[in-house]
Amino acid sequence: MFPDERGRFGEFGGKYVPETLMSALVELEADYRRLASDPEFSRLLRSYLRDYSGRPTPLYFASRLTEFAGGAKIYLKREDLNHTGAHKINNTLGQGLLAKMTGKQRVIAETGAGQHGVATATVAALFGLQCTVFMGEEDMERQALNVFRMRLLGAEVIPARSGTKTLKDATNEAIRHWVEHVEDTYYIIGSVVGPHPYPMMVRDFQRVIGDETREQIIEQEGRLPDALVACVGGGSNAMGLFYPFLRDGNVRLIGVEAAGEGIETARHAATMAKGSRGVLHGSMTLLMQDEFGQVQPAHSISAGLDYPGIGPEHAHLAKSGRASYEPITDQEALDAFTTLTQVEGIIPALESAHAIAYAVKLAKTLPADDLMVVNLSGRGDKDVHTVERLIGGSLQ
Amino acid sequence: MTMRGQTAIEQAIRNCYKRTAFIPFVSAGDPNEDVSYRILLELAQFSDVIEVGIPYSDPLADGPAIQAGSLRALQAGMTLPKALRLIARVRAVSDVPLVVFTYVNPVVQYGVDALMQACADAGADGLIIPDLPFEESAETREAAVRHDLALIPLISLTSHERVQMIAASATGFAYCVSSLGVTGERASFATELRAFVDAVKRASSVPVAVGFGVSSPLHVRELAEFADGVIVGSAIVRRCEDIQNALSSGDAARLDDSIEALSQFARELSEAGR
Repeated sequence: MFPDERGRFGEFGGKYVPETLMSALVELEADYRRLASDPEFSRLLRSYLRDYSGRPTPLYFASRLTEFAGGAKIYLKREDLNHTGAHKINNTLGQGLLAKMTGKQRVIAETGAGQHGVATATVAALFGLQCTVFMGEEDMERQALNVFRMRLLGAEVIPARSGTKTLKDATNEAIRHWVEHVEDTYYIIGSVVGPHPYPMMVRDFQRVIGDETREQIIEQEGRLPDALVACVGGGSNAMGLFYPFLRDGNVRLIGVEAAGEGIETARHAATMAKGSRGVLHGSMTLLMQDEFGQVQPAHSISAGLDYPGIGPEHAHLAKSGRASYEPITDQEALDAFTTLTQVEGIIPALESAHAIAYAVKLAKTLPADDLMVVNLSGRGDKDVHTVERLIGGSLQ
Repeated sequence: MTMRGQTAIEQAIRNCYKRTAFIPFVSAGDPNEDVSYRILLELAQFSDVIEVGIPYSDPLADGPAIQAGSLRALQAGMTLPKALRLIARVRAVSDVPLVVFTYVNPVVQYGVDALMQACADAGADGLIIPDLPFEESAETREAAVRHDLALIPLISLTSHERVQMIAASATGFAYCVSSLGVTGERASFATELRAFVDAVKRASSVPVAVGFGVSSPLHVRELAEFADGVIVGSAIVRRCEDIQNALSSGDAARLDDSIEALSQFARELSEAGR
C-alpha cells in the first residue's frame, strides 16, 4: 500500500522542504505511527468524532435530486452535518489530538475558505492550545464571517499578503512561520497535500467518511455503489471517501475539480486537466505552472478549490487510471447550488456544489438501478453571501 | 585554463587563508537584466563566490526582502534561460565562482540533467536548491557530478544526527543556516551557532560557510572567528530596492550612485572578514 517508506505514491509525494523542517517531519511520522497503533488514541479520537462532531454522518438517499437527474440513484454522504459544517473537523480532531498528546502547546494552520481554519481554531479551543491561522488577504475579504468565527474561537488570524493573496500563499506563509517556530509549534495541514507524512496522515483521518459510507450503503442497498463523486481542491474529502474503496475495482472514483470560467480560459483551478508534474508545498505532484516552473494563479468561485496543486495520492490515482477527474465551471456549480437547495432543502458549500453538478450530469447517463454516492463535504452557510451577490437579484 | 566547477568554489574559499570568504547573494534580473549585470560585476570585485538567485513565484525559504527582489526580477521579465544568459555574460569577463540558487520546481520543469548541462555551459560552478533535502537529492547529486558542478547542501541547527550524512555529501562548501526561520536580516545569532559550525566542519571535507541573517560588517567580523565563509543575501537585496527606485526615476547619475552605494557596502562586508 502507498505511500512507500519514502512517502511516495508511485512517482508523487516525498518531502521537498527546507532542511530545518526535516527532523520535525521525521519525528512527526514516528509520533503518528506510534499513536495510530495506540488503542487509547483511537478510543479518544472515536469518542470525539461521535460525541463532539456528531459522527457517523448520515448517508441520505436524495430521491428528489435522483428524480431531477433522471438516472442513477444518488446518495449524499452528509459531511455538512459535522460540527463546524464540513469534513475538515475529522482531520483537525485527529491532528489536534496528536499535537496535544505529543505535548505541543501551539498549533498553526493555513486556510482558504476558512473552513479548515475554523475547524482548527475549534479543536484548539477544545484542547486548550494556542492557535494561529494564515489566510490570504483576498480570502479574508471573501470569507469575512469565517475570519470572525476564528477570532471568536480565540485564534489569531494573520493575513497572507504575498503572491496571489489566496490559499497557495497562506500555505507558503504557514510553512515560513513553521520553519521559524518548528521547535514548539505543530502545523495542522488541512488537506492531503504537503510533505510526507501529511498526505498519508490526513487521508487516514478522513477515511472515516469512506468507511462509514461502505457500511451504510451495504446496509441500505445490500451492495457497494457503482460510483463515488467528490470535489477536489487539495483533495481531502475525496481521498477520505475513495480510500476504503481503492481495491474495489468495480466502484468508479470520480474527483470533480474547479474549472472556474472554463478550462479553455486562464481562470480555473483544473490541476488534473491542465497541470503538469512538479513540486508544490513540499510534495511532487501535479500543479499549474508555466514553461519555466513558475506557479500559476488558480481561480474558482469557491475559495476552498482555488488552489493550483492537488494531493500527491490523487496525482497517482489519476496516473494509474484508478480514479478520473472531471472539471465543473463556476456557473455549473452555482446552478447545482440552487438545484440542491430547491429540490432537497439542503444548501451545499460551493465546493460540494461542484460534486453535485457533476453527479447530476453523470446520473443522467446511467441506468436507474445504478448507485452513486456524492460527498456533500460541507454546508453552504458560508457561501450564502457570495451567492446572494451573484444571483440575489433574480430571486423575487 | 582556469578551473571551474566544485573545485573552483572550494579553492576560492580555501584561498582566503586568514580571512573569511565573502559570498553575496542577488536575484538574477533584479531590478532588470542590464542593471543586474552591472551589480554582478561590481560584486565580483569584492566577492570570493557569488550566489545568483533564480527568481521564483513561491520562494518559501525566503523572507520579505528576497521575496521582493524575486518579484522585481520576475516583473522585469526574468526567466531561468535569461538568468543563465546573464551568468554567461558575467563569466565572459570574470572568473569569480558563480553558484545558482534555485527552488526545486524550476529544476524539475527544466529537467535535472538538462539544467545541469545548461548551468555548466553558462559557466556556473554549482547549485543550491533550498527545498531539496538530502533524501530527495540522489538524482541531482549524480547529475551534478556528471557536469562537475558543486551541489551545496543547507544544514540547520535542527539537523542534529543528520549533520554527518549531509556534510559528507557536500561539494563546493557546506551551507550552515545560522538560525531557525527564513532568510532575512537579524540582530544577533543563536548562542549555539559556533558549536554547530564546528560540528559541521568536523563532518565535512569542504569549507563551511554561514548564511541567513548576516546583515552587517559587525556580523561578518563575529562569524569570521569560526566560519570559512559568510553569505549575505537580504541586506544586499534590500539595497537593490534603492537601485530600482533610482532606475525608475530615470536619473542616470542617481542610478550610478545607488549601484556605487551597494558596491561600497559589499566592500565593507568583504573587508570585515579580514
